[in-house]
Amino acid sequence: MTTGTPGAIKAKMRMGDRVFSGSTIIAGAIILAVLAAVAVFLIAQSIPALVARPGQLPNAAPNFWVYVWPLVFGTIWAAAIALIFATPISIGVALFISHYAPRRVAQLLGYVIDLLAAVPSVVFGLWGIQVLAPAVQPFYAWLNTNVGWFPLFDGQVSGTGRTILTVAIVLAVMILPIMTAVCREVFLQTPRLHEEAALALGATRWEMIRTAVLPFGRPGVVSAAMLGLGRALGETMAVAMVLSPAVVVSFFVLTSQNPNTIASNIALQFPEAAGLGVNTLIASGLVLFVITFIVNAVARFVVNRRKAFSGAN
Amino acid sequence: MNFKRRALTRAASIAAIAIAGTMLLSSCAANEAPAAGSASTAPSTLSGTLNGIGSSAQGAAEIAWSADFQTANPNVTVNYDPQGSGAGRTSFISGAADFAGSDAALKDTELATPSPLCATGTKAIDLPVYISPIAIAYNVDGLKTLKLDAATIAGIFKGTITSWDDPAIKAQNAGAALPSAPITVVHRSDDSGTTQNFTEYLSANAPTVWDKPASQTYPYQIGDAAKGTSGVADAVKGAKNSIAYIDESGATGLGIAELKVGSSYVKISAAGAADVVAKSPIAPGRASGDLAIAIDRKITDKNAWPMVLVSYLITCQKYTDAAKGKLVAAYAAYAASSAGQQSAAKNAGSAPLSTELAAKVAKVIATIK
Repeated sequence: MTTGTPGAIKAKMRMGDRVFSGSTIIAGAIILAVLAAVAVFLIAQSIPALVARPGQLPNAAPNFWVYVWPLVFGTIWAAAIALIFATPISIGVALFISHYAPRRVAQLLGYVIDLLAAVPSVVFGLWGIQVLAPAVQPFYAWLNTNVGWFPLFDGQVSGTGRTILTVAIVLAVMILPIMTAVCREVFLQTPRLHEEAALALGATRWEMIRTAVLPFGRPGVVSAAMLGLGRALGETMAVAMVLSPAVVVSFFVLTSQNPNTIASNIALQFPEAAGLGVNTLIASGLVLFVITFIVNAVARFVVNRRKAFSGAN
Repeated sequence: MNFKRRALTRAASIAAIAIAGTMLLSSCAANEAPAAGSASTAPSTLSGTLNGIGSSAQGAAEIAWSADFQTANPNVTVNYDPQGSGAGRTSFISGAADFAGSDAALKDTELATPSPLCATGTKAIDLPVYISPIAIAYNVDGLKTLKLDAATIAGIFKGTITSWDDPAIKAQNAGAALPSAPITVVHRSDDSGTTQNFTEYLSANAPTVWDKPASQTYPYQIGDAAKGTSGVADAVKGAKNSIAYIDESGATGLGIAELKVGSSYVKISAAGAADVVAKSPIAPGRASGDLAIAIDRKITDKNAWPMVLVSYLITCQKYTDAAKGKLVAAYAAYAASSAGQQSAAKNAGSAPLSTELAAKVAKVIATIK
């Protein structure tokens, strides 16, 4: 038997290896195939709406982009306000769990917050209409009269409290669990040595968190925010139930005329849509697909840029 | 130790994310009617499956009918998918659904397209089977009765009458405790047959105020919008000094305004709504047997309630498949029968067809083959 290069030793392929690598390849291929199938469906169904002539589209929109613009604005606006509420709270809760609370309390709190993630969005929607909206309405009226000089609080105040601000609060509650979970995991991974060094240099606990934990956790916090943003952008039922939508682009957060979100608009209009109306809604879904894709790409970029300090090492 | 705890929390968070994901995906429930359990007394000879698609307004009634019908005919399965009126008509014409439920009768262009289900040379027909009065519901403390005419309603819902103590409202409600508060108008945020019929009523009775044509989408940018009948009801219940138009079945617990019909004010009633539909003429220019109704919105009869929604069953006059025709005829006959109408009234809060209209519908259904 003559062998070529004696240096290279080839490992014998074992059955287990083959099966395992084969199944991972299949799993990877399936997710790509599903994504591709969704994208192809969206694009194919969108084309009639994209090339529609004036007068054919819903809301008397001259073309698709005019139709979808208020929805894009509403989607991003609602998600952004939700993120403004949820980010500080989730960082606070995560820090409390990782650095302040006694272990038993921390564990319990962790489970309670994870439980919040298991509540279906319809329940949040019902809570939004029946509890939150009537409860915040008097406060909105007060804000409108007394702080009305602030541009966001201007306009005719809503009588029902079902405004984009209420929606943003509901969304913030919905994205809290996932953001808190990610932040907590990252904060827990702060190198023990950094923390102890800070304390040894005379830092108080807050100073230790500021100098050691937060800088270390920043990329994690950003990716947590992006995950939360992704969920807030796509949330459908709760928004559809709580929001009082109109076809507007408005920054006022206390009025009855709020820009709708893409997902909620699809949920509201699909049941009675026919013909080109369906294509238009699917095309707006494609726009949401692209927005979510961009958000995820940005999150990846931010996390990768700071890879050296990410939770991965 | 530390590592172990970390791994545990990580596992917990992954589990939580997985659960959240599952919850997100599983929010749609199937709409299948429960299969009938008990056998009927007279064994039925009917068997097969009927698939209907259409109006969500009719949804609750269709569930009641299909459940009753399947109880009486254990070998029959009836599926009704409330995708919406437009989707129902499209599916029926393409042959995807055996019958359609629709809040609007077939349009001329739709009538011109032959459905592969119907025998050549025959046309599809509209059968009125579901009537729902639309109420003007309000939530004002201490206001027991409220009387409104069409022009005032149009003004309120267009946003030109903005306060409860507006002279137009005061003039019709002498002595009523009208607050000097802004009116919160609530309308539907989703396209709906209720909005279509409400706007049709206003554009017929107050054309100078209500200057937009009737449409499924609420035409003015005013007031609050809420999803579905239940969403509107919740919004009105949650907000003082609010007013909305709503299917009567959803208005329980709220004040319901009296409507000026002719020269007197009328209280809402199922009989009044059914009466209007019965007295309205059949839409002209249709095949014999097509009972599309041109609702007389300007009717002035005593107790009539012209703010009403009529929803149709759309079927073929003659099906290519005779067995299917027999099945559809039997199902439609049950829906239009007194028992079927009572069942819908109980389960969906609709107004039963008047006897004369029911007889007319039954006569047409008897000819479905």
